[in-house]
Amino acid sequence: MSDRNAAFKLVHSDDQNAILTLSGTWLQGARVQEFSALSREIQAGNLSHLTIDGSALEEWDSTLMAFMLQCYNHCCEEGITFDTRALPASAQKLLTLATAVAPLKPSESPQEHWLTKLSPRRLANHSGDIIRQSLGFTGEVTIALGRLVTGKSNTRFEDFRHFCYQAGPSALGIISLTSVLVGMILAYLGAVQLQQFGAEVYVANLVTIGVLREMGVLMTAVVMAGRTGAAYAAQLGTMQTNEEIDAITTLGISPIEFLVVPRILALVVAMPLLTLYADMLGIVGGGIVAGGMGISPLQYLSQTEQAVAIHHLAVGLIKSVIFAVLIAVAGCRAGINAGRSSAAVGQAATEAVVTAVVYLIVADAGLNILFQAIKF
Amino acid sequence: MPSPAPEAHISVRHLTMAYGDFVIQRELTFDIARGDIFVIMGGSGCGKSTLLRHMVGLLKPAAGDIYFSGSSFPGASAEEQETMRRRWGISYQTGGMFSAMTLAENVALPLQLYAKYDKAEIADIVAYKLALVGLGGFQAYYPSEISGGMLKRAALARAIALDPEILFFDEPSAGLDPISSRLLDDLIMELQQSTGATVVMVTHELASIFAISNNAVYLDAGSRTMIDYGNPVYLRDHSKQALVRQFLTRGDSTDTDSEQPKRPGHE
Repeated sequence: MSDRNAAFKLVHSDDQNAILTLSGTWLQGARVQEFSALSREIQAGNLSHLTIDGSALEEWDSTLMAFMLQCYNHCCEEGITFDTRALPASAQKLLTLATAVAPLKPSESPQEHWLTKLSPRRLANHSGDIIRQSLGFTGEVTIALGRLVTGKSNTRFEDFRHFCYQAGPSALGIISLTSVLVGMILAYLGAVQLQQFGAEVYVANLVTIGVLREMGVLMTAVVMAGRTGAAYAAQLGTMQTNEEIDAITTLGISPIEFLVVPRILALVVAMPLLTLYADMLGIVGGGIVAGGMGISPLQYLSQTEQAVAIHHLAVGLIKSVIFAVLIAVAGCRAGINAGRSSAAVGQAATEAVVTAVVYLIVADAGLNILFQAIKF
Repeated sequence: MPSPAPEAHISVRHLTMAYGDFVIQRELTFDIARGDIFVIMGGSGCGKSTLLRHMVGLLKPAAGDIYFSGSSFPGASAEEQETMRRRWGISYQTGGMFSAMTLAENVALPLQLYAKYDKAEIADIVAYKLALVGLGGFQAYYPSEISGGMLKRAALARAIALDPEILFFDEPSAGLDPISSRLLDDLIMELQQSTGATVVMVTHELASIFAISNNAVYLDAGSRTMIDYGNPVYLRDHSKQALVRQFLTRGDSTDTDSEQPKRPGHE
C-alpha cells in the first residue's frame, strides 16, 4: 500500500531546471504531503523551469488537480515556467481550463471583528437609517393615500378585500386564545391583591378597564405584528426578489399605491374590529377566573356594566388604529426595501416584527402619557 | 417487467409523468450511454424540466421506471437512493446557490458532507473547482454579489464538487449572452471529456445542442410523449417527424410533403 500512496519528489537536473515526479494514487482521502513543504523547496532551489512528470501516476481525481493548481499558481508568482507535457492528457486539459482565467486578487479589506458590528455608533446609525426610511416611507404612503382620496390612485379594491380577509377573519382563532388568557391573567393578578381588602368584586372593574384601555389592544397588536406584519414583509420581500416590484414600477404603477396602500387600509379596518372582539373575550376570560373565586356571574356582569365607559373603549380603539398603521408601515417598509435573496427576505420579516414591536411599545407609552395629560 | 439495456448508464422505461390526474408525458423510453451528452428538448411547457426532476428523484414517476447502471432509482430504498445521489451533480435553472453562504461555502458543503477531505484540503479543492469554472479568487463572494453568468458557473462548480459520474443541468445557458453561453458549453464539454462523466441537460439553445450533444430526446406537448430520439444532427436532417426537424431548424424546414404540425399545447 505504501508505494501506491500519493507522493511527489523534486529532483534538480541542473542549476535552474528541476523535475517534479508524481507517483501513486491521488484519490480522495489520500494523505498528501502539504504543499508548503514543496513550495519552500522550490523557492530554495532558485529555479527557472519546472517539469512535471506524471508517468508514475496511477489513479487520480480532483486531489491531484487541486495540488497541480497550487503548483501552477506558485510557479506563476515566482516566474518559473511550468511544463506539464508529461501529465496525462485529461489532467493537462483540466489544468488548462482551471488556469484559463487569472484568479481575482482578493481586495484588501480586512475582516471585521464581530464586536465592531455591535458598537454603539454603528447601532445608532442603523436605527437612524430605519427611522429615516420609515419617515420617508410614511410620506410616500401619505401621498398615495391623498391620491386615493382624489380618486387618481391605482389601488385595487379586490386586493383590499383579500387583505382584509387575511388580516381579519383568519386571525380570529389566535386572537381568541390570547385575549381570553390575558383576561384571566389580569383577573388573577387583581384578585390576589383585592382579596386582602375584601374587595374581590372589583376584579370586574380592573379587568374591564385594563382590557379595554390597554391589554386587549396591545396583545392584538403584538399578535398582528407577528402574524400580518411579518407576512407583509415576506410577501413584498419575495416580490422584490422575483422582480415583481420592478415590473409594477415599469408598468407605470406606484408600488406604494398598488401594494402598500391596500395592505395598510386592510389592517386599519381589521384592527379595531379585532380589538373589539379581543375586549369582549378578555372580559369573559376575567369572568371565568372571578367565578372560580366565588363571584357570581351576575355580580361580575353588573360590576362590568358599571366599569364600561365609552371613553375607555374609545382609548382602545384609537390606539388600535394607530397601532395598525405602525404595524403595516413597519412590515411594508421592511419588505419593499428588502434585498434580493432568500436570506434578505428572512431579514426583512425579522426587521418588520422587531420594528413593529418597538413602535408599538413607544407609541403606547406616548399615548398613555397623552391621555393622562388630557384626563381622557 | 421492462428491463434496462445492460450497457446503458441511464435507462428510462415506459415512464409516465403526472401531477395528480394531469398527465404531462407518457411512455417515455430511452437510454443514455456512459459519457453521452444527452439533451432533453421540446417546446415550452412540454415537460422537459419535469423529466429532469423525475430523473434526479425530486418527483416520483406515476408509472414506469428509471435505472442508473441497471438498478432502479424509484424502487430503491432511501439509503440506496442517497448513495446513488452522491454520484450526481445537479445545477438548477436559476443556480440554486445558497444565498446565505459564500461561493466557497457553497462549493465546500457537499465536500464537507460526503468527502474524506480535511479542512485544508477542502479549501484547496474549492479553489480548484472555482478556478475550473473561471471564478478563481471569488471564494468570499456571496451569490448576490456576482452576475447571472457567474452564478451559473458557480452552480457548475458546486455540481462538480464531488467529481460526479452524472451531471444534470436545467437550462445551463438560459439568460446568458452568446459568448458566455458558448464558453459554458465549452466548459461542460471539456469537463465531460476529461472526467468521462455523463451529462444530461435541458436546453433550448440549438447552437449548444449541435455543438456539444451526441444524443437527444424530443418531447412533444401535443401528443404528450416523446416523438423522436437520437443524435441531434441526424434528427435535424433525417427525422421522420416534421415537428422535430422544424424545432431543430427554427421552423425553417423546407419540406412540404409532411403534414403541418399541430401547435403545441392545443389539442
